[in-house]
Amino acid sequence: MGFGQLPYDVAHLLGGGILLLSFMLLYQRRVAAVVSVLAAQGGLLALAAAWQGFVQGAPQLYLTALIAAVAKAVCIPLALRWTIRRLALARGVDAALGIGPSLMAGVALVALAIMVALPVTTAAQALAREDLAVALSIVLLGMLMMITRRNAILQVVGLMSLENGLVLAAVGVAGMPLVVELSTAALVMVLLVVAGVFVFQMRERLDSLDIALLHPHRGERE
Amino acid sequence: MPLAWLLVLLPWAGAAALGFLPRERVAALANCGVSGITFLLALLLLAEPQEVTGWTRLDALNLPLLLLASLIGLTTAIYSLGAIADEGLDPRRLRAFHVAFQLFMGAQALALLADDLGVMWVAIEVATLASVLMVGLHGTPAAIEAAWKFFILCGVGIALALLGTIILYLAAQPVLGEGGGLSWAALRAVAARCDPGVLNLAFVFLLVGYGTKAGLVPLHAWLPDAEAEGPIAISAVLSGLLLNAALLAVLRAKAIVGAHPEAVQPGALLLGFGLASVLVAAFALWRRRDARRFFAWSSILHMGLATTGFGFGGAAGNLAGLLHMLGHSLTKSAVFFGIGAAVRLRGSQRITDLGGLCIAAPRLGWALAIGIAAVAGLPPFALFASEYLLVSEAAAGHPWAILPLGLGLLVAVAAKVQTLQALCFGDPPPDRATGKVDWTSLGPIWAHLLLALLLGMVLPGPLRAMLGEAAGVAG
Repeated sequence: MGFGQLPYDVAHLLGGGILLLSFMLLYQRRVAAVVSVLAAQGGLLALAAAWQGFVQGAPQLYLTALIAAVAKAVCIPLALRWTIRRLALARGVDAALGIGPSLMAGVALVALAIMVALPVTTAAQALAREDLAVALSIVLLGMLMMITRRNAILQVVGLMSLENGLVLAAVGVAGMPLVVELSTAALVMVLLVVAGVFVFQMRERLDSLDIALLHPHRGERE
Repeated sequence: MPLAWLLVLLPWAGAAALGFLPRERVAALANCGVSGITFLLALLLLAEPQEVTGWTRLDALNLPLLLLASLIGLTTAIYSLGAIADEGLDPRRLRAFHVAFQLFMGAQALALLADDLGVMWVAIEVATLASVLMVGLHGTPAAIEAAWKFFILCGVGIALALLGTIILYLAAQPVLGEGGGLSWAALRAVAARCDPGVLNLAFVFLLVGYGTKAGLVPLHAWLPDAEAEGPIAISAVLSGLLLNAALLAVLRAKAIVGAHPEAVQPGALLLGFGLASVLVAAFALWRRRDARRFFAWSSILHMGLATTGFGFGGAAGNLAGLLHMLGHSLTKSAVFFGIGAAVRLRGSQRITDLGGLCIAAPRLGWALAIGIAAVAGLPPFALFASEYLLVSEAAAGHPWAILPLGLGLLVAVAAKVQTLQALCFGDPPPDRATGKVDWTSLGPIWAHLLLALLLGMVLPGPLRAMLGEAAGVAG
């Protein structure tokens, strides 16, 4: 299976789309738009998982796709939107690194991911190795977002987009045991619940979601 | 059901039940009861055959760690029986504490037991989430900052560990065939025939991912903050158990990758992380004013030393690393119990506010003094034995490592002796209250120190045999 064959091309297209959305996460200037892009990424991830289920003849991947569609494309974005509206959070994205430099760093990270992943996986199937390179790029972009954004909610979004990359990697490897997909999905839900607890408490205590306000409380107190 | 599974399911059932117990005292006693039964079950494991059952395995490598974990679970529950009332938690948070504690105990037992690497990952994940909850329990800005940092850094670490697990499967899949699963035993058996490049990539992600959880420099930033917040019982189990579970995961990954002759040498990477942790932590110890942070940095140091031992590899290096893990868990949790009791007396965590304990509260002061001496690696406790093994292994096979290792050890011992003097000797601050310390604090401290002494002085024959076998398993 390689370039020019339908299973490969569609999988590649979907993976590329998810990667593109990771870049879009980086250049949004409004928090609400970031959440919309995250929802779109979740939806595309669900499609990618379903396609892999079809190609590999692995029905359990449809379940992964369903979980991704319900949780990542619908429930979590709705919850985030509700949180933002309810708490009247700052609408703007507060970036530690400007948008231009973020995008350039993103391109560099994708190049790095490809240079790392492709040469070492020559023995694996073409689909799996391309998928791995794309997934690694998405993971690195998620980390970049977590590093360069100051709002707590955007850091959570970065973590979730990183998780999307992981799920993409997991579904791309034929025969990966189901336990991993399920746990990944469960993890995201749990992560958000835990994050939600913190987010609410931060609001109560500090009246802001900017974690810079927490920094005086870190390290050793005098 | 295999006995080993009970070690996981019983604490989880206990967690569910504790969520419905409204009375504080009853809940704390029930917490002790669950931990006590878990400990007895863990003792019964000694008679069980060492084999793989389903997703779990029992071998010489995880058995001593399991026994120790259930023992520390029990002593921590006893300690918190006396201490938790002073934490000032409202009933809802108190219930959350007990639930999270037993959830954590079950999850870390599963992480130690897991044969399937996916299950191991899920277990470490659950243990992390439970401990994040416990760290942030007080809800003060400092606690939330610590919990947030813990959550974000370990969230990324855990995600990278999952990526490493997936890549490991990708490496093994051409050999194992589809549906081969993620069994450690199976992966280790086929590792020699896998593609070395993919194995390298997998190992790097697993090491960075689980290394974050084990608090290795430069991935350690969450650990001092996390251990300085939350009820003090948490510091004992974080230092004593969570770090061990993460380090065991690194060891399992090392054993797989090390089975391939052309893959990266995992020992060299472990040595790098280990020695960096030793040096950074040894110097960082000098700048600490907060007692809990001081001993959290000491945990980073000891994890670094154990990692260095595993980095040396071979029977002697692995034995030193394992003994160091066991000794560190015992002594460090004893010290945290002592620090906790002192903090309750004085109402402050600063080292200067805690001074003069041997005069103000002699029974606590002396127990803590001996505990800190044990953590510093002074003879005759277990950490001295393992550090001696470590240095002699370095001298025998890796002479270049003696300089950084020796420097780190000396600087750290000096810092700990200084803190020992500041905390236990000298005059107590005049305006601080003195009081009595009850058996729920002193009992666990002495029990741990006695065991550490036993490990350091005699190392009973059967245990020595088991550790020797474990050193072989670790590869």
